[in-house]
This record gives sequence, C-alpha cells and structure tokens, in this order.
Amino acid sequence: MALSYEVVYYHRQLRCGKFCQRFGDRVTQHNNQQAQRKAAMAVLAHAEAGEIAARLRDFALPDHQDLRTPENGLVMLRGRVGGDGAPFNLGEATVSRAAVRLASGEVGFGYTLGRDGEKARLIALCDALVQSRDFGGAVERDVIAPLREQLMIRRKQAAAETAATKVDFYTMVRGEG
Amino acid sequence: MYVAVKGGERAIENAHRLLAHKRRGDHSVPELTLGQISEQLGLAVDRVMSEGSLYDRELAALAIKQARGDLIEAIFLVRAFRATLPRFGASEPVDTGAMRVQRRVSSTFKDIPGGQILGPTFDYTHRLLDPALAQGFVPDALVTTEASTAPTPRVTDILGRDGLIESSPQAEVGASVGDLTREPLNFPADRDLRLQNLARGDEGFLLAMGYSTQRGYGRNHPFAGEIRFGEVEVEFSAEDVGFAVPLGSIALTECQMVNQFKGSATEAPCFTRGYGLAFGQSERKTMSMALVDRALRARELGEEALAPAQDEEFVMSHSDNVQATGFVEHLKLPHYVDFQSELGLLRKLRKEFTDAQAPDAMKEAAE
Repeated sequence: MALSYEVVYYHRQLRCGKFCQRFGDRVTQHNNQQAQRKAAMAVLAHAEAGEIAARLRDFALPDHQDLRTPENGLVMLRGRVGGDGAPFNLGEATVSRAAVRLASGEVGFGYTLGRDGEKARLIALCDALVQSRDFGGAVERDVIAPLREQLMIRRKQAAAETAATKVDFYTMVRGEG
Repeated sequence: MYVAVKGGERAIENAHRLLAHKRRGDHSVPELTLGQISEQLGLAVDRVMSEGSLYDRELAALAIKQARGDLIEAIFLVRAFRATLPRFGASEPVDTGAMRVQRRVSSTFKDIPGGQILGPTFDYTHRLLDPALAQGFVPDALVTTEASTAPTPRVTDILGRDGLIESSPQAEVGASVGDLTREPLNFPADRDLRLQNLARGDEGFLLAMGYSTQRGYGRNHPFAGEIRFGEVEVEFSAEDVGFAVPLGSIALTECQMVNQFKGSATEAPCFTRGYGLAFGQSERKTMSMALVDRALRARELGEEALAPAQDEEFVMSHSDNVQATGFVEHLKLPHYVDFQSELGLLRKLRKEFTDAQAPDAMKEAAE
C-alpha cells in the first residue's frame, strides 16, 4: 500500500509547516474512495446473491476475471468484556470471500457472512466497479442505491414492529394494588 | 485403558440405515425442510449456533435435522464441521451499544434512555398450551408504531458515568486475545478465556451453576441491569483489502448483571458486574453466563471462593457438553478387553478370599 506511506508523509509535511496540496488531495481522494467502497460493501453484504445478480443483469459489465475464486472459511467473532472492555473470542462464523479484477485493472474484494461463494464474487465485482472511473457512478446508481433503499425499508419495518412493544412500567405505592 | 475391537461392519451399516429411516419417520408426514427448522424452531437453531460455536443458521438447521432434534448431537456435528474450514482471521470486536435492538429490558431502572422494549418474548405469557397452534395457525396482524431514533445506550454505561459501577477491564497494549480452540486450557485462566468457555458452554450446566449462586453457593446479589437482543454489524480487517470490511450482521443477546458492591480503604464502593453474550436470542443462557462470570471473579475481587460456581477449574472443565457427552457416552462402546482383565483380577481376589476363609471353616468344623 503505497498510499499509506503517503499519509505519514502528509502529516510530516504538516508538522514541518509545509503543506503539500497534491499529496493532500490524493489522501482525501483515497479516504473518500475507501469510505465509498465500505458503504457499498455494507449494503451488499445484507443483500441476497440473487438480488445483486438481478441488479447487475441490465448492467453493461466490462471484461473481468476472477482473481480469487470463491472460498469458504471461518472468522472468529469477537465481543468485549462488559460490552466495552477488552476483546474476547465469542465463537466463529462461516464467511465466503472472492476477488475480481476488471480488464482496466481495478481489483475488487468480496467478503460476506455465510457460505454463498457466488454472493462473495458478486460483491467483489461490485467493489471493483465502485473503484472504476467509468462505472463507479453507474454501479452506485443502478445497484447499490436501490439495494440500500430496500435494506432501509426492511429495517424501518422491523424497527416499527419492535417499537410497538415498547412498555412503560409503573412502580406502585404499596397498597395501591 | 480402551482396547479397540474389530468386526460388526454389517450390523453397523444396517443400524445406520435403520437410523436414517427412523429419522425420516412416517412417510405420510411431509419431510421437514431446513427453512422450516430455521424459521419455526429458531431458538433451537440459536442454541446450536451458540454452543456449536459457529454462526451459520443453515448449518445449525441441518445439524438439528440430522440429529433428529437431539441438540447436543447437533452441537457435536457443528463443532466437527468447523474443523473442516480454514480460518481467515478474527473480526473487529462487535459494538453491542450500536445494536439494532429488538428487545431490551432492565430490571434496575424503569426509565432508561431509548425505553424498555419487550420484543418477541415468552415473558408475561400464561404458559398454557395453545390448541390453536396444533393446526394451521395464522397469527394476528402485526402492530407497528413510529420508531424513535433515540440511541439506546447500555444501562451499565449510564451507571458508569457516575462511577456507581466498576468500568470494564481494558486490554493491555499489545495483549493477544486468548483462544481455547487453539491453545490448551491452563489455570488460572484470564477473563477472555473464561468468557469464551462460557459462551460455548452448555446452557443447562450454566443455568444450574448460576442458580446455585442465587441459592447461596457463592451468593453475589445480582440484578439484571440490562438484557438486550438484536443485530450488530460485523467487520473484518482483511489484509488484502486494507481496511475493515463489513461482513453483514449477526443476532446477539447480551446480559449485563449488576452485582453486590465492593469498596476498600482506597476505592469508593461501587457495583460489580458479570457479563453474558451469546449468538441469537439466548436469554436464559446469557443470564446464567453473567451470573457464573461474576462468580468466577471471586479471587480477583478478594472474595472467599468455596462454592462450585466460583471454582474456575471445575466450571471450565465441565461446561462443554461435547467433551462431557464424549466421555460419558464412550462408556457404552465395547470395553471387553478392559472388562475381561478386571474380571480376571476379581476372580483371583475372590479365590484368595475363599482360600483365606477355608482353614477357619475347617477349624470350626473340627471343633
């Protein structure tokens, strides 16, 4: 990761009072893209493989190849003592992962809970597209945004069902019955 | 010592074939699907995931089906499966404070920020068998209300702000997280290992241990500070990607037990705590776990540790139902050679006993 060194360099420049605009821009750009990729993955991980595939069906996909064919494995899930203390190992989860490279060079990674290798591959493809100058906007508009909207609707519905079970307990004065 | 036996192949094969038929049961009854188990026996799936120590609803449902509903056998199957997959690494610790809460109750404060939310619970039901469920039951339409966007902080965080409760122990810089699936257990064990052991421990065992503390064997005066159930996001720092990748979300239950306070000449008194966390909706499990976690802190808190629930070697060595069932159930496997040698020894001892008696008997007869 050449760019992470540039982050260090950027801070040193700042400390010396020499602000280098070009590096600054590149770091911001890098961080923005990282945030964008992460946001897209957060949506894709909650979608079914079929839903992602359906959104990609009408998409004019560029040439791409599997850099890592889908592979299943485990990730040890961690919690924290008391919820906010030192970490401990809670138990494992199945995870599927894949990597895809576009002909234009962008490498996308797909990770998801479960054992659906095709879903991991589709997430990797989307991640590569998100990074692409030519397809980044379109994949956000045609794939990520509609899936995000569906996810939000599902979550809102679940939250509304939960909210109906909110309760007020009253403590009674003894003898009031 | 166990000496292996050979033979019986045909009988074993036929027995397994018979088992497969018994598992399927009466063919006029439709076969169970994994979806039906996962959706309609969800709490059994949660238990198998927790104690099988593997979050995968579909695999847990398959294990329950294969085990004919024997949950400990299902847990065994899941544990065996996890040994077949490579481990990619460990997740970032999940943030239960950011949980999308589906249930959240506190028995210590009635007015908590974010409110008390009953969610899907057996609490306040009358525990009467419902004949309506026997066939074709359709539940009443769901009621919805506008959800508030207010955060739901952990109750212990609220108490913590005033210093009324001890804060959670923080990790030392560079400390590794203990993993009992990788290194054998050594005693005394640190809290991270104890919690990992309890999280995969048998619910019945932990329930009995927790109950014993309430009945006076290592009493620690507990309140259920908070129990919450809902979904948390999981992130994994994948080296190839270069940042923490979202993996999706998992359902968790967390129990914060608030226990008897403690102070000293140098520290103001404050409540102590016990912690429980498990996959899925596992309230009884996490409450028991929190009671036992607190009991196991006896040494650290300078309490006299005389009760079984306070003895970490006893608790941690006997909490795992796969280990326990393996050792108990191995007794039914052929021990013929073993038993023959015992039998030989016993015959010899009996003969010696009779021989020793014999002169006396002869003497008596002579008299």
